[in-house]
Amino acid sequence: MTKPFFALCALASFALRADTVQLTGAGATFPALLYTKWFSDYNKLRHVQINYQAIGSGGGIKQITEKTVDFGASDAPMSDDEMAKAPGIQHIPTVMGAVVIVYNLPGVTSLRLTPETLAGIYLGKITKWSDPALAKDNPNAKLPDLAIAVAHRSDGSGTTYAFTDYLSKAVPEWKSGPGTGKSVNWPTGLGGKGNDGVTGVVKQSEGGIGYVELVYASQNKLPPAEMKNHDGAWVKPTLETVSAAAGQAQMPDDYRISITDMPGKTAWPIATFTYLLIYKDQSDEAKGKELLKFLWWAEHDGQKSAAPLDYAPLPKAVVQKVEETLKGLTVRGKAVLASSK
Amino acid sequence: MPEEAPRARVNLPDRAWALGQGVLGGGVLVVGALILLELWRVAAPALQKVGLWHFITGTTWDPVRDLYGALPFIYGTVVTSVLGLLIALPVSLGLALFLTEMSPPRFRTAISFPISLLAGIPSVVYGLWGLFVLVPILRHKVEPFLSATLGFLPFFRGAEIGLGYLAAGVILAIMILPTITSISIEVLMTVPGPLREAALALGATRWEAIRIAVLPHARAGILGATILGLGRALGETMAVTMVIGNSLNISLSLFAPGYSLPAIIANEFAEASGVLHTGALAALGLILFIVTLLLNILARLLVRMSRRGPARVTA
Repeated sequence: MTKPFFALCALASFALRADTVQLTGAGATFPALLYTKWFSDYNKLRHVQINYQAIGSGGGIKQITEKTVDFGASDAPMSDDEMAKAPGIQHIPTVMGAVVIVYNLPGVTSLRLTPETLAGIYLGKITKWSDPALAKDNPNAKLPDLAIAVAHRSDGSGTTYAFTDYLSKAVPEWKSGPGTGKSVNWPTGLGGKGNDGVTGVVKQSEGGIGYVELVYASQNKLPPAEMKNHDGAWVKPTLETVSAAAGQAQMPDDYRISITDMPGKTAWPIATFTYLLIYKDQSDEAKGKELLKFLWWAEHDGQKSAAPLDYAPLPKAVVQKVEETLKGLTVRGKAVLASSK
Repeated sequence: MPEEAPRARVNLPDRAWALGQGVLGGGVLVVGALILLELWRVAAPALQKVGLWHFITGTTWDPVRDLYGALPFIYGTVVTSVLGLLIALPVSLGLALFLTEMSPPRFRTAISFPISLLAGIPSVVYGLWGLFVLVPILRHKVEPFLSATLGFLPFFRGAEIGLGYLAAGVILAIMILPTITSISIEVLMTVPGPLREAALALGATRWEAIRIAVLPHARAGILGATILGLGRALGETMAVTMVIGNSLNISLSLFAPGYSLPAIIANEFAEASGVLHTGALAALGLILFIVTLLLNILARLLVRMSRRGPARVTA
């Protein structure tokens, strides 16, 4: 009777050891795979257990604003309105993602798209693969006389935000039409739920086209289209071209910057940062310290896990800037990282 | 005097029990009212800006410019639910009649058990099956056949995509089939045997016995089963989202992609930013809530009416 009881007590005290800090976060689904790996790797290094709920960027912003979590996560930077409701919030870019255009055309293995043709397709103005605008950029491809089956995301998502943000920047007609948003009023096409839904529609329909995150294109063996970027060069979406998109960016101190349609010969035009959202001054001593130390780790050792999972690591210049930002963050008014590193 | 003492002892637990039941029962009503209130609170800013009538009849849904109209979603919900019911009801009723009236009892358990198992399959599984199995069949086989044979009707025209009202309707039919069937079986089994025997003794054939004696007796119950099925169809989210095509569209053609009320809420609520977008989605929830409520009231009335009415026998 007493033995199991003591054993239980011992177990309980072990589980609640004083140095095990529990952190909770919520937000974006896009980086969830990488974050999960980070948190489990980090848990082995230090006694910090991080629970992450991938409920979507909107939910992450809501929860960190209400301070029900220790950190939030979002693909799109917070708007000015949202920032005003959460004074003292800081964006920390963690990794980069890319949106790529996938298509399903039997016998066609490489396709080139300009922003204008891409917008034309999604505006419902280019409806056939044999359209002269497409043929002009693809003289070697045998484009069939097939209707284009347009697929977009039906759920509100950071992926849609990046895609529409790019088209708004590159094509005026898009800006005055559907515009930029996590959900927009699509003039044409079928809505698929999540990246899986869009991939499903494209895979099933001959003549299908859709936009998905890079990892879904490679996992589903769908060929990604080449895009003409800001400098007029044709680029393929790879981790290198995605990282190159951030190379030329003038980083503001709050990191709220859109890096779609960036200059640079090798820059992939539809790239995004994904962010962790934390308060500049942490109110909980133990949690705050561990959170900042974790972020330092994520910006350095953590970056090595990115590429194997098809996320593009942050360029060196961005990491250096984030280092400065992290050193400036405080726990109850005291800097944590400046002294130790 | 001596009689009252034991009665008081019995009464106390009875009263406590009744009170507890009252609180719990009333609690359900309170929860319902709170849901309605909260939906109204969140929806109010959007409804005030757009106006209730414009919201219900509007066909544009543009979160970027804060323009909200709910008609495509209402239309899609009604069309897919009714379509699902039209397909499921004859099948369910036939199945239930066969199993209770004609098949040997052993056969009944062998078939009704797997049917009720269908009710336990998660809707996301139905959705995935719909997307990967049903939709290609519809696109390559069923829709070309329908447009070739019934293409003169406006319902069976247009591009054969697979995703759309028809796919959603068929999925819903399969999902509500077990509900309607198993309740109908229970109802038909309560029909007293002597009723059947009397009809047969009067010289009725088996079909006539079912029509004269069995169906009128079970009418209210079958109607209830149908309403329960319709309720599930109206609220079904996941499976419908995956096969309806999620496209702002109002079209007579069943091949066309559309949208439904639960689907748009599930799609956009998690990432909705801004008071108006969230409010417009809550307003859609309010509409769904009210539609379900009205339907249930209607069902109650129908059941009551059909219970009172006499069985009409026409030769």
